[in-house]
Amino acid sequence: MEASTVLKLNGLAKRFGSILANDDITIHLQKGEVLALLGENGAGKTTLMNMLFGHYLPDSGNIEIKSVNGELVPLELGNPSAALAAGIGMVHQHFTLAENITAFENITLGAESLFSLRRNQRKAEKKINNIMSNSGLEAPLDIPVGRLSVGERQRVEILKALYRDAHILVLDEPTAVLTPQEADALFSNLRRMTNHGLSVIFITHKMREVLAFSDRLVVLRHGKNVGSMETSNATEKKIARLMVGSETQKVSPKRITPGGPILSLNDISVAGRSKRDSLQNISLTLKSHEILGIAGISGNGQNVLADLISGLALPDKGSILLKGVAIQNINPLNMIKLGFGRIPEDRHRQGIVGGLSVSENMVIERLDDPLIQNFGFLRSSVINDNAQTLSEKYDVRGPGIDQASRLLSGGNIQKLILARVFEQQPEIILANQPTRGLDMGAASDVQRHLIEARDRGGGVILISEDLDEILGLADRIVVMRDGNLHDVNSSSREAIGLMMAGESV
Amino acid sequence: MIRIEPREKISNSSTIFIPIIAAIVSLLFAAIPIISAGANPLIAYVEMAKGVFGSVFAVSEMLTRATPLIFTGLAAAIAFRAKLWNIGAEGQLYLGAIAAVTVGSGFFDLPAIFLLPLIIVLGACAGAVGMVAPTFLKVRFGADEVVTTLLLNFIIIIFLQMLLEGPLQDPMGLGWPQSAPILDQGMFPPLIDRMRVHSGLILAIILAVIAHFMIKHSVWGFKLRAVGENSSAAKHAGININHSLFGVALLSGGLAGLAGVSEVAGLKGYLTADLSPGFGYAGIVVAMLAGLSPIGVLVASVFIASVFVGADSMSRAMGISSFLADLVVSVSLLCVLVGGFIAKFKIVRAGTGKKIL
Repeated sequence: MEASTVLKLNGLAKRFGSILANDDITIHLQKGEVLALLGENGAGKTTLMNMLFGHYLPDSGNIEIKSVNGELVPLELGNPSAALAAGIGMVHQHFTLAENITAFENITLGAESLFSLRRNQRKAEKKINNIMSNSGLEAPLDIPVGRLSVGERQRVEILKALYRDAHILVLDEPTAVLTPQEADALFSNLRRMTNHGLSVIFITHKMREVLAFSDRLVVLRHGKNVGSMETSNATEKKIARLMVGSETQKVSPKRITPGGPILSLNDISVAGRSKRDSLQNISLTLKSHEILGIAGISGNGQNVLADLISGLALPDKGSILLKGVAIQNINPLNMIKLGFGRIPEDRHRQGIVGGLSVSENMVIERLDDPLIQNFGFLRSSVINDNAQTLSEKYDVRGPGIDQASRLLSGGNIQKLILARVFEQQPEIILANQPTRGLDMGAASDVQRHLIEARDRGGGVILISEDLDEILGLADRIVVMRDGNLHDVNSSSREAIGLMMAGESV
Repeated sequence: MIRIEPREKISNSSTIFIPIIAAIVSLLFAAIPIISAGANPLIAYVEMAKGVFGSVFAVSEMLTRATPLIFTGLAAAIAFRAKLWNIGAEGQLYLGAIAAVTVGSGFFDLPAIFLLPLIIVLGACAGAVGMVAPTFLKVRFGADEVVTTLLLNFIIIIFLQMLLEGPLQDPMGLGWPQSAPILDQGMFPPLIDRMRVHSGLILAIILAVIAHFMIKHSVWGFKLRAVGENSSAAKHAGININHSLFGVALLSGGLAGLAGVSEVAGLKGYLTADLSPGFGYAGIVVAMLAGLSPIGVLVASVFIASVFVGADSMSRAMGISSFLADLVVSVSLLCVLVGGFIAKFKIVRAGTGKKIL
């Protein structure tokens, strides 16, 4: 096997301040192989790939890569151009395409010398068409990238890497933005390319993809390589045990019968700037003792719906009824006072004020409360005691309650928001992508709190891209597409996936 | 190649020593033009120190210069905290001064105990009025307040020139474009006999302390900090951003107006169109040096006033061009700002990640 090794990461280590992000990681990649790199958030996957691609300089260790003449040669570290020249292509989770120029221009951009007088367009076109027909990756080349769909943009990213003669392709969370069907298509194309000799590393934390599409997998935990195995020998349980150190209990709530309706949206329309932030005549009823799951690919109107329920957006038409009474003043403060608990999608941008302390963020939604203030002055002892109690109760860990909340990790920021929201015993909870980017421990904490709120008699609207999360938690599921809601009768992921993608079932 | 990275922790010793080192470095740099002007830099610096701390008179002069800087520095610091970029303190200063001479020069003949507070309150209100239009335009139409407040400065100064040659002109002033003087009972009492430092300084210090306390411990200050740090999270949490912005804008304008009141009713007595040598703009520098902290504004104002006054008296004593004073001021400001930058960021070699500074 040694002869067909195309890449060796030898003992790579990287430290950021007090955190050892990567600790002596060794990974070998074979020719034509699909290697899945698994791990919780913060396990060090992205750091490792950034070292491979020259964005970061390892503190120790080295990288060897197969050169043109078939020998393994050391790769110059900390130099992205060297990585590119050696045939490493990287597709980031957040695309690095210029939206105002065409796919063709994006693909060829930077691949030719700045000083060449004429671009050899014909030759470039021929090469791209060749790659497209060999790989099955199709994308329109002559319209601006800004008008392409997310799936098409991703294909352009991959074509861009292949155009530079990459023989090792690194994909960071490639399916985060795709429908299940698009993801399947992507992987079958990748398989075609590996048959032609490409080697692929993909970063993910979705088990299903790993089991279905990879040849081999490597699990990282706390910056260490904790195990690698042939995918044929792996099971979901085995992988989960490696990822978190022990088998986690999957949260699966008891079904309970929902109560009466507490919140209804009646025939609401919101005209946004574009289709992705508009709602068209949607109606929805939420009952007490119910978790309503809203599935859908992001960018289909979920954010407007969340803004509406948070009080940030006003309906152009239609009404919101709380227990049969129309809400008059739709603004965030009034919604909080009416008993809405809101867990925003972007916790850094909307959830916390990073520069304020943890204790201040825990009371930011109830500044009018006489417990918090006295004649306009903050009662700091009450605020600090509150933060102390809640930090223990909700297990918020960080450098201290008087420190800036931006110093907390993502999971702890989410716990801070949970503490703030759930302590007010809200009747209606809006949870928008509440577990995105969280590790398994924190995610199951979030899910447990949502179930508790439901059992207590609240109604929960759960907006999530993670179909498994919705299937696991929701008592009822609707699919959001193009600013509309569609009822779902089946609970098969296949059927829901097709609805998300826009096919009528 | 070098790269700049934020320091993980800003050590306590660096916050004390870096400003001191910056001051020393600035003196070294400033020595170059002094030598080229034919003077001995050591003697020049002794003269400079004498000009600031050498006598009660010197200290009084320095504090007199610091007083308006504290007001305009606070005006900028508070607004900038809420990310409201009020560049119009210069104009608001003049609005405050106009109000002060209008009510103070005989319009009301009240005893001091009523007249001075009236002048102070109306002066602050007039300064606040200067922020109403820019804030409204920002909140309603998204107009950039940097542009509106800055342009308003010129409008206000031209308006002032019109007033000084018209309704506000002193009938006894022999035709000079200046206002009638403020009545004696409308003036800030001096702090030291026959010195220029006046009780406007006390008002400035009290306001700085109150501002510090309010920002830290009041609900108003909480909202201001939240809006400034992350307005979308503040909005999501139910804070009315427009209310907060208007409150901050009025307060900032009011503080700038008080700078004008204190200059005209504490020092000059009457209003001319050259009342302020750019105190409004210098307030921005003060606020940035102070890290937008009201208490820091006190320190930064004293520092800048010292450099101004010291450099001035140095150039007089040594018989070298007074432009040199401006040069010393600029060099020391640059050094302190670079020092503040080094305190917050480290410089590393891009290839190896090795720390250079």
